[in-house]
Amino acid sequence: MLKADLFTETSMALLANKARSGLTILGIIIGIGSVIAMIAIGQGSQSNIQSSIQSLGSNLLLVQPGAQRGLGFEVNQGRGSAQTLTQADYEAIATQVSGISGIAPELSSRYQVTAKGTNTNTSVDGTTASYPAIRNVQIDQGSFISDENVTNLAKVAVLGPTTRDDLFGADSNPIGQSFRIKGVEFKIIGVTAAKGGSGFSNQDDMIFVPISTAQQFLAGSPRVSTISVQALDQNSMTSVQEQITSLLLQRHNITDPTLADFNILNQADIINTASSVTNTFTILLGSVAAISLLVGGIGIMNMMLTTVTERTREIGLRKAIGAKKRDINYQFLLEAMMLTFIGGVVGIIFGWLVSFGVNKFGSIATKVSLPSVALAFGVSAAIGIIFGYYPARRAARLNPIEALRYE
Amino acid sequence: MIECKNITKTYYTGGDIETTVLKGVTFEIKDGEFVAVIGPSGSGKSTLMHILGALDSPTSGQYLLDKQDVSKLSEDDLAAIRIKKIGFVFQSFNLLPRATVLRNVMLPMVYADIPKEKRMALACTALISTGLEETHFNHLSNQLSGGQMQRVAISRALVNNPTLILADEPTGNLDTKTGEIVLGTFQRLNEQQHHTIILITHEHDVAEAADRIIHIRDGVIVEDKKNLNKRIIRP
Repeated sequence: MLKADLFTETSMALLANKARSGLTILGIIIGIGSVIAMIAIGQGSQSNIQSSIQSLGSNLLLVQPGAQRGLGFEVNQGRGSAQTLTQADYEAIATQVSGISGIAPELSSRYQVTAKGTNTNTSVDGTTASYPAIRNVQIDQGSFISDENVTNLAKVAVLGPTTRDDLFGADSNPIGQSFRIKGVEFKIIGVTAAKGGSGFSNQDDMIFVPISTAQQFLAGSPRVSTISVQALDQNSMTSVQEQITSLLLQRHNITDPTLADFNILNQADIINTASSVTNTFTILLGSVAAISLLVGGIGIMNMMLTTVTERTREIGLRKAIGAKKRDINYQFLLEAMMLTFIGGVVGIIFGWLVSFGVNKFGSIATKVSLPSVALAFGVSAAIGIIFGYYPARRAARLNPIEALRYE
Repeated sequence: MIECKNITKTYYTGGDIETTVLKGVTFEIKDGEFVAVIGPSGSGKSTLMHILGALDSPTSGQYLLDKQDVSKLSEDDLAAIRIKKIGFVFQSFNLLPRATVLRNVMLPMVYADIPKEKRMALACTALISTGLEETHFNHLSNQLSGGQMQRVAISRALVNNPTLILADEPTGNLDTKTGEIVLGTFQRLNEQQHHTIILITHEHDVAEAADRIIHIRDGVIVEDKKNLNKRIIRP
């Protein structure tokens, strides 16, 4: 039997039953389409989360005070509630730890701030001039806090765009104006560029002031709430983390590392954790989609078995006029494969459209990856072979005499 | 040239129960003969047709088709014999529905690996020889009348120019008038184109269209003689 003939016979058979073939193909389209779309959504949100973590700064270590343990009380306060990190700790890290490319202390707290006729409650972050470089902060208007501001305890502030909008109206230029934090008057010297919500906190709703000013006039103590340390590169992060740990343990006179009164967040760890979460998410979505693909495959098998039964006499006739077992087997296998092939191609387009739609109208940046397309295609071809094999074998094994008598 | 030598066929049903359908059948059919095999139902004539048509193998005995012993071939080898040497005509036509007349007639050539460009001409020749009007060639097979369908089926049987045309109750689903037309078609094919035809039937009227009648009953041949009062059917 010629290949072209096999192809013709198959397409004629599929066209003879358009509605049934169409519905069976639809099952595969939905299966393949949802696999493609779900994986795209999963991978899209994964890269979304990764890039928003990266936007916090790269190769970052965050040193924060640990949980406060009440002496004699079995009550633990939340992490970061202890006030054990000081300006001196920051200076020690800055001078004694090697492999650091930048370091910025932070003292953040929420205050009610008031401007002419308006007020808001926002996070006030005392920091130094090195902060923007480490934490990926861009300046939109004016300038950031300078080293001189820190040395002079200058009462100057840099606003986040959201805070600027809240206090002075959207897209206004507040530079040179003043407002009050906790009754202390500050002069605005700059506005940071919008960064967007990172998912953890809104980095646009902030006020930056010199750390010395914050310690002196707002907090009233030389403590710091976070020390952001940027390592030279990814490889030195572990070593920097170890150096800081041992330095701080020694400075705080703690011998048992499990009782440390501080903790260090490693950005790589955060990314890994977030990635494993989104991976699980992708696998979950993918497996739900895979189940629908399996159901589509069973639909194919169902249709093929019905077809074989319905066309028993035709199979008998074909055998009587000289079709070999193999000819019949190939014909029915090819029918199943053609169904999945068409379903696969349309399903890929359908899945791509869905993920495009989610990208356009939803908030998730989806990403259709080539491997997921290849995988879906391979799976659909495999489904054609697997679910078409049994019906085709059944057709090929029919006894021509009995098949011709079949009513 | 067909030679059957002491052919028996025994079926085993339900393990031990054996039913012998053919109990030693011997006959010879020469090229160009028009033979009717007649017998009541259960006589073994269908089983004989399956063996003659290489759809089944005899339990014992020899079946020579063009001097080739086909009684002990595998399933696929039998299929190869059927492609080249046998043309079937069935009681219920067995045409592919939703396929045109031409495609139905071309179907055996698909399995015989005849080049595509030759198929159309061969199919038309076969259809013309059975007297089907050319206007029907592109009609779907299920739009035709019974007589027309059977002539399409005869064309399909002829198209690979087989040694033997086997017709199993070809008039069984037709009224008397169209049945006569189909029988006339067989007679013309036999007389003008010298096709060897075996007609299997249970009706004497139908058998009398042939030159020779083999009478079969309970698995044995009870009579094998020339049909002296052959009914000549003219269109």
